[in-house]
Amino acid sequence: MVDYLALYEKMHDNNIMLTFKGEVSFDLVNSILKIIEDRLEKIEEDLKTKRKVYNILVECLQNLCNHLDDSVIEDEGIITGKTALLLIETDMAAYRLVTGNYIPNEKIEGLKSRLDEINSVSKEELRELYKRILDNGQYGSKGNAGLGFIDIARKSGQKLQYSFQPVNDKFSFFSFQIDVPKQGNE
Amino acid sequence: MENFHLEARQHTPFISFDPNTGIMEMKGRSTPENSVEYYAPVLEWLDNYLQSPCTQTVVSVQFEYFNTSSSKCILDVFKRFAQLHKTGKSVKINWYFEEEDEDMQEAGEDYSDILGVPFEVLVIS
Repeated sequence: MVDYLALYEKMHDNNIMLTFKGEVSFDLVNSILKIIEDRLEKIEEDLKTKRKVYNILVECLQNLCNHLDDSVIEDEGIITGKTALLLIETDMAAYRLVTGNYIPNEKIEGLKSRLDEINSVSKEELRELYKRILDNGQYGSKGNAGLGFIDIARKSGQKLQYSFQPVNDKFSFFSFQIDVPKQGNE
Repeated sequence: MENFHLEARQHTPFISFDPNTGIMEMKGRSTPENSVEYYAPVLEWLDNYLQSPCTQTVVSVQFEYFNTSSSKCILDVFKRFAQLHKTGKSVKINWYFEEEDEDMQEAGEDYSDILGVPFEVLVIS
């Protein structure tokens, strides 16, 4: 049998608040949000940090959910549908949110250039970009406005970390990580 | 015209619009997965209100959380009030935030920059 105690202790030591791998639905997202909100209520005293983490988590998860909808595909045994990875951990300095999901290779370039653009601009430019898209941008059928990543960057004050790992000629695995510094530590 | 009233839920705000007094309130969270669907009846009610508005409209907004898909819809709500302001009616929007919540303060300032309407960003005392 696998050493589940070792697994448990490893997760505990790394201050993992939540890990999930599986099919992501809006109901699941809502349950996760509730769990993390209750947890933050207990462990995080700083209102600003609490709000930032929750807000950024909402954006990460809804972003994930909306984009998984576009690409339910099974190919050579790899299900790239609504299955994703989610990891939430915390240490003394920050909360870390990580999502991972398969994306079609043809979508990499567009996504990468958006993330790079957000990472390349200053705080003030980011704010102007946000306002411009808010006022002029088109929105999707659910109201997703393409503001999610900008909002995540603004609220965290951090660069968006990401990688695309090739899986086969059709798909890659997109990992996204954002650190939310604990405000009291600044 | 009937009052518009929605109770707060885990992902949607308390909304109370009174067409007789012109007092409009939104409070709580707005993080629904489908904001367009949620705000459709809100905007529809406001379109009707614009047909026979009060001489004075005061809008109070106090959000704890809102997601980016709501941010567009909230702007659309405010744009209805901006439209009313253009017709010469008295309109005032008060955006409240908790003192430590700088993100909510900035969000209010962003809306204020976009909208051409009396818009105050106020700390909750």
